[in-house]
Amino acid sequence: MANSDHIVLLDYSVSPFAMRVRLALAAKGVEYLIKEEDLTQSKSSLLLKVNPVHKKIPVLIHNGKPVCESLIIVEYIDEVWKDRCRLLPADPYQRAKAKFWADFIDKMVYPSGYKVWAANGEVQEAGKKEFIDRIKMLEGELKSNPYFGGETLGFLDIAFLPLYYWFHTLETFGKFSIEAECPKLVAWGKRCMEEEFVYTSLPHPHKVYDLVVDYKKKMGI
Amino acid sequence: MGEENKVTLYGMWASPFVKRVEIALKIKGIPYEYVEEDLKNKSQLLLQYNPVHKKVPVLVHNGKPIAESLVILEYIEETWKNGPKILPEDPYERAKVRFWASFIQQQLLDSLVSAAKSSGEAHEKAMKEAFEKLTVFEEGMKGFFPSGTPHFEDENIGFLDIVLCSLFGPHKAQEEAHGLKIIDPERHPLVYSWVTALNEVPAVKESLPPHDKMVALIQFLRRNAPH
Repeated sequence: MANSDHIVLLDYSVSPFAMRVRLALAAKGVEYLIKEEDLTQSKSSLLLKVNPVHKKIPVLIHNGKPVCESLIIVEYIDEVWKDRCRLLPADPYQRAKAKFWADFIDKMVYPSGYKVWAANGEVQEAGKKEFIDRIKMLEGELKSNPYFGGETLGFLDIAFLPLYYWFHTLETFGKFSIEAECPKLVAWGKRCMEEEFVYTSLPHPHKVYDLVVDYKKKMGI
Repeated sequence: MGEENKVTLYGMWASPFVKRVEIALKIKGIPYEYVEEDLKNKSQLLLQYNPVHKKVPVLVHNGKPIAESLVILEYIEETWKNGPKILPEDPYERAKVRFWASFIQQQLLDSLVSAAKSSGEAHEKAMKEAFEKLTVFEEGMKGFFPSGTPHFEDENIGFLDIVLCSLFGPHKAQEEAHGLKIIDPERHPLVYSWVTALNEVPAVKESLPPHDKMVALIQFLRRNAPH
């Protein structure tokens, strides 16, 4: 069945949501085609067709069937290609913890991060403080493990890793050091970056910064 | 109930998030202890079990706390393997159910909460948005019921049913409090017949918050909303 699978990802290289999906596919060794959407231009008819509700990337199209929402896609990938590189742990309580923290990233960390790179003045300052406070909570979850998944990279590592790739961008716009506040988290990020499936899937953090500068300029942010 | 399988749910009587966990526990036939929280004066235990969000619901299973209602539902499904399944087996069907549950949770609920907490022009704007989202949901759901009408003879309700009825089950109370139709059988016939059918399922019916108490609470929240 694997050889006749047709997989397309509607993507945007610097989107942290799309990055999660690329990481999951690479972790599982799944081959796929990338269709890059230009988010600074009007949306393609394909995107509007496969995600009419939110009109957003990423969308994974598996044998013609679209799956939307990055964490839902990652879980889908884990369930379909369940014979290799398990992303979510087997134990229900550990799974619940991983999903809880992934939800926390979406609900609490991303909105703060947005204030850091897209806003300025007081809003940005508030965003910086919020961001650090919230990622510190996540840092606590690492405990003494090399990864959030324990001995190997798992669901929560994949959920958070794109944001680590954005640290340099946030630090440059926010004029602050994340490493000074969360050294353990930065050590985790560097450790993940050494994995081949990671560095081949994601643009280098400095490249992320260049892309975000370009995006901001084009969108007038 | 032996110590090997102690289940406690920390909740609040009007919370749709808590309701969905209650309904899931009932559907699965899981005995549990319920603890009502005063949200203006949260217990030490709640703050200890959910230090991140400090919210209900929290399910505590053999001393281990799980928070976030949708995460709790999946935990219940995975832990108690006997009894009815609330998620489909097929990964694509599961992804669709999770997508729409997330839509109800993030999009629909947000608009309704904005409407509940506002008045005047802001309230009208929020309600208009909520109706538009309901229409998107109605359209999206047409594929889920090939025969047209939802019906649940064996109490065979699933993840999406639970998320929907936890939010809209008390729609009559919501409508009385707001003085307008939220689930209009003419605008959204599928959602209307779906919610009505779900409210007849015993596990759902038993969990419905008392009508008058609900009306009073919503009206109180509206009166005390910041302008």
